[in-house]
Amino acid sequence: MKSFAYERAETPEAAVRDIDGATARFIAGGTNLLDLMKLQVETPTKLVDISRLDLASIDRRDDGGLTIGALVPNSDLAADPQVIAGYEVLSRALLAGASGQLRNKASTGGNLLQRTRCYYFYDTASRCNKRSPGSGCDAIGGVNRILAVLGTSPHCIATHPSDMAVAMRALDATILTLKPDGDRRRISIHALYRLPGDTPHIETVLEPGELITHVELPKPVAGRQVYRKVRDRASYAFALVSVAAIVAVEEGRIASASLAFGGLGPMPWRNAAVEAALVGQAPSADAFAAAADALVADARGYGANDFKIPLARRTLIATLRDLTGA
Amino acid sequence: MFGFGTTNSLTMDKPHPESLLDSAVQGSIGRPFDRIDGPSKVSGTATYAAEYPVDNLAYGFLVGARIGAGTLISIDADAVRSMPGVIDVVTDLDRFIRVAGQGGETQPPTQGVRDIAFMGEIVAIVVAESYEAARDAALRLPVTYEAGEGAYAFAAARAKSYVPPDGVTPAHFNQGDVDAAMAEAPVTIDATYVTPSQNSAAMEPHASIAVWEDDGSLTLYGAYQMPSTDASQLAKCLGLSAKKVRIVSRYIGGGFGSKLGIAPESVAAAIAAKQIGRPVKAVMARQQVFEATVRRSNTEQRVRLAATRDGKLTAIGQESLVSNQPGEDFFEPVGIGTHMIYSGENRLITHDQVPLNLVLSGSMRAPGEAVGMIGLECAMDELAERLGMDPIVLRKTNDASVDPEKGVPFSSRSLSRALDEGARRFGWARRAGPGEARDGEWLIGMGVASAVRGNMLMESSAKVELRPDGTATISSSMTDIGTGSYTILAQIASEILGLPVDRITVALGDTNDPPAAGSGGSWGAGSAGSAVYLACEMLRGKLAKAMRVEDSALTLKDGMAIGNNRSSPIGEIVGDGLEAIGHIKPGKQEKATTQASFGAHFAEVGVNRVTGEVRVRRMLGVFAAGRVLNAKTARSQCLGGMTFGIGAALTEELLHDPRNGKLVNRDLAEYHVPVNADVPQLEVHFLSERDVHANPIHAKGIGELGISGAAAAIANAIYNACKVRVRSFPVTLDKLLPGLPDL
Ligand SMILES: Cc1cc2nc3c(=O)[nH]c(=O)nc-3n(C[C@H](O)[C@H](O)[C@H](O)COP(=O)(O)OP(=O)(O)OC[C@H]3O[C@@H](n4cnc5c(N)ncnc54)[C@H](O)[C@@H]3O)c2cc1C
Ligand code: SF4
Repeated sequence: MKSFAYERAETPEAAVRDIDGATARFIAGGTNLLDLMKLQVETPTKLVDISRLDLASIDRRDDGGLTIGALVPNSDLAADPQVIAGYEVLSRALLAGASGQLRNKASTGGNLLQRTRCYYFYDTASRCNKRSPGSGCDAIGGVNRILAVLGTSPHCIATHPSDMAVAMRALDATILTLKPDGDRRRISIHALYRLPGDTPHIETVLEPGELITHVELPKPVAGRQVYRKVRDRASYAFALVSVAAIVAVEEGRIASASLAFGGLGPMPWRNAAVEAALVGQAPSADAFAAAADALVADARGYGANDFKIPLARRTLIATLRDLTGA
Repeated sequence: MFGFGTTNSLTMDKPHPESLLDSAVQGSIGRPFDRIDGPSKVSGTATYAAEYPVDNLAYGFLVGARIGAGTLISIDADAVRSMPGVIDVVTDLDRFIRVAGQGGETQPPTQGVRDIAFMGEIVAIVVAESYEAARDAALRLPVTYEAGEGAYAFAAARAKSYVPPDGVTPAHFNQGDVDAAMAEAPVTIDATYVTPSQNSAAMEPHASIAVWEDDGSLTLYGAYQMPSTDASQLAKCLGLSAKKVRIVSRYIGGGFGSKLGIAPESVAAAIAAKQIGRPVKAVMARQQVFEATVRRSNTEQRVRLAATRDGKLTAIGQESLVSNQPGEDFFEPVGIGTHMIYSGENRLITHDQVPLNLVLSGSMRAPGEAVGMIGLECAMDELAERLGMDPIVLRKTNDASVDPEKGVPFSSRSLSRALDEGARRFGWARRAGPGEARDGEWLIGMGVASAVRGNMLMESSAKVELRPDGTATISSSMTDIGTGSYTILAQIASEILGLPVDRITVALGDTNDPPAAGSGGSWGAGSAGSAVYLACEMLRGKLAKAMRVEDSALTLKDGMAIGNNRSSPIGEIVGDGLEAIGHIKPGKQEKATTQASFGAHFAEVGVNRVTGEVRVRRMLGVFAAGRVLNAKTARSQCLGGMTFGIGAALTEELLHDPRNGKLVNRDLAEYHVPVNADVPQLEVHFLSERDVHANPIHAKGIGELGISGAAAAIANAIYNACKVRVRSFPVTLDKLLPGLPDL
């Protein structure tokens, strides 16, 4: 860990004013940032502590949706009665992540922006385009069992490790931000993350120093919800594959389906073609197989992670069976 | 050291049928006492190696090589020396140790860090006024290397395998003709099993505080399982006489073998402390514990079994390839349990070493059995299926009545009893055929495996003092690595001296006290326990004399000495105090009998038919290990061993990049030890047993028995659940998926 200056922000406005986005970082729960700093993967010269900002409440809006403060701890969000009632998939995704201790510390904003768990990203002696642009990618041709099969590029095959963000993608969340110039933005979660391309170090559309203040969820939608996470240990392991699913069946046909995936890509993954293969169909093995085929149509394995492709198919199909009773 | 007059010495040349632990009446032995060190641990007052308050302390952070093999060219200390708080950058290319010491060795481990033999080799230590300043400078320290050729991939390097020198088990052993027996037998198995490298992943990282005393001697507060031999290793590394090194290791946050010998931080701290003239503390970062201490070797085991149609084994072959750093002699003794577990005339048990530029391989909990019993016991399961025989019946059919190689009797052996008792308790009769039992999405299976772990007695001594206030103190360089040594030693003394346990103080882990072999190989309780026994036996004799009764006519209970129709508080008949040293040594019994603990594991697992995820649903271990000294700590040892088995079966694997040997999963987020949710209801049952050949307390080793065979029981249950036989461990879902039914 390199020495750094530390400031505690009292208001969101002060937080963005105090930050020079290029070399400073916000710190919320610190559960990801501090680990990276200890290894000098992240070397900010300044930390702006946002953990005491007044952004830790969960409020119901008039339109029936929820507004979640960026500093709501993962454990509080998972346990919130409104979340459990209307957004069960989110509560389940949160509880499937990390450990009780980490969830108590981890914040909503920090969870969205947590960095990949690619082994090579964590070691400054490895080549990694995400950590050190242009240095290469040791994961390609190296140990990559846990890495991505969708949305990869020749420059990076990392996954986004969050569970929460997968559920939020299925829920069509919107991210509210405050920029250093005082402007506020609303960014659909579908537009928040970027594919690696040849700039894997740029992971989101956020500008340097842009603060996430809230996450908005639209009003609860119809359908059954489930979050299924496949992992190497029963707890305290990142997803190999996960599925956040909200599916409504009306009069024997799938009326709506919202499906997002973790463990497969550089961002919480959502593919309209998967849902299109289902909507309007009667729940059936054929329909499910078509959806699964659409999901993995462009998938590409890198050796040790090839298994994720059949695993994703199987997990999706089983999830759809569970939700529709087919 | 073993002064006459106050020393009661015993060499185990003969059986020791009588034990004072049977005739004494205090009632302490065997009882499930809570750990006497528990309150100090949970209240944070137990001092672990890094926690001794030392004046004027400087903080060290180790620097590990970042290439896989080659030569160190330069270290640019000036580049970081002027950073705030940095005191110095210290290295000694000749004396720093390249690898950790092996357990019980009195010679130093390989020294010299000019040659880089693996990524992570500790080449320097940065010393600063704070841990953070030292860490920052260490991570920024420019080190240049000339890269060399290294062997990192087992598959590619196997052609270079060689026969290592014999270790705790012979490298190559051959009896009869396995090839011929295989050719003749009606039923055979020939299968290859692969197990990965593993790390002990003890909670406490390796840590040392080095303090040079005015007389030129060194005190090292360290996390070491065997302080007496470790002091000798350290002294030789530093060119000191062994008397000049004192190691203090009172509490150890788990070792599992990784702290048997000295690790690089001790020598680095000592050299740095000398150079800067201040005490230095060096605590390994978690990544360094993984990269620079010790691993359990990966193994590739070809197991061959030949049997008659009624299941009598005629041949057992276990030919293993293991790996270690070039030039290191230790080899993972894969076949050590195979020598004694089953009968069968023709036997071939070999170990060949593949040189690899990876961190040293050495002992990890149950070296040998922990992995060797995976191959053997899975092969037995495959054989049982081929024979159409119940796997328990097959094992009992081959239960050896005498050592199948040496022809000598077993000191005690309860394998068949463990299998039967386990089958009854576990409900083995309800086991369905492969792939037949289902619970929703989960395919359910049961598996069994035998357990064996060799018993060892190691020369050890302990002093026991009785004071006029009716209290007693035990002191020894024995250690407690979390197993319960403090407690069982107090119970032994309590039982024999007739003192309540709370009147006994136990001081362990200091080489200034009478030497003992420490903790390793599950020998601690039997060895140090016998030393305490012998000291107490002598004190008992002195108390009898004071009471003017024959030894046999003396009763000691609740602090009172009773005999000759008289009773007196013990404190009142000890004068100014009494002391005795007990000393035990292995003797002819070691060869006259084969000594081992035995048991049986039962596992029930669920395999998810969609994802291939495996979850253990319940496990039972039935064990016989001689006298159980404390029912609670003994059970805990077995629970821990079985949990290791879950990790070995399902999750634990060190992943090295085959291009440069880089260990990629070097933290506890990505090296997957089982977490609570992976460990279901575990049940442990002990069979009553006494071993009069082992030692005067009639106890055998327990700590490693619980892991032996545990992973095999799980793998066998996986097969029974889903009819997929995975021979490469850990059995992760990607290996099961191809064999699972289509959805
Ligand atoms: C061992 C381990 C296991 C884990 N397992 C899982 C798992 O299974 N599933 C899972 O989903 N997660 C898992 N996690 C990750 C955990 O969820 C994240 O570390 C956590 O959510 C990050 O939140 P934080 O508040 O601590 O973020 P911090 O560490 O404080 O910040 C993370 C990043 O976000 C930035 N940031 C934080 N808040 C804001 C904001 N409001 N606006 C702009 N930028 C911001 C910071 O500058 C930093 O770059 C695991 C973590 C660990 C250590
Ligand atoms: S996959 Fe991405 S994060 Fe991993 S080494 Fe390659 S560039 Fe770095």
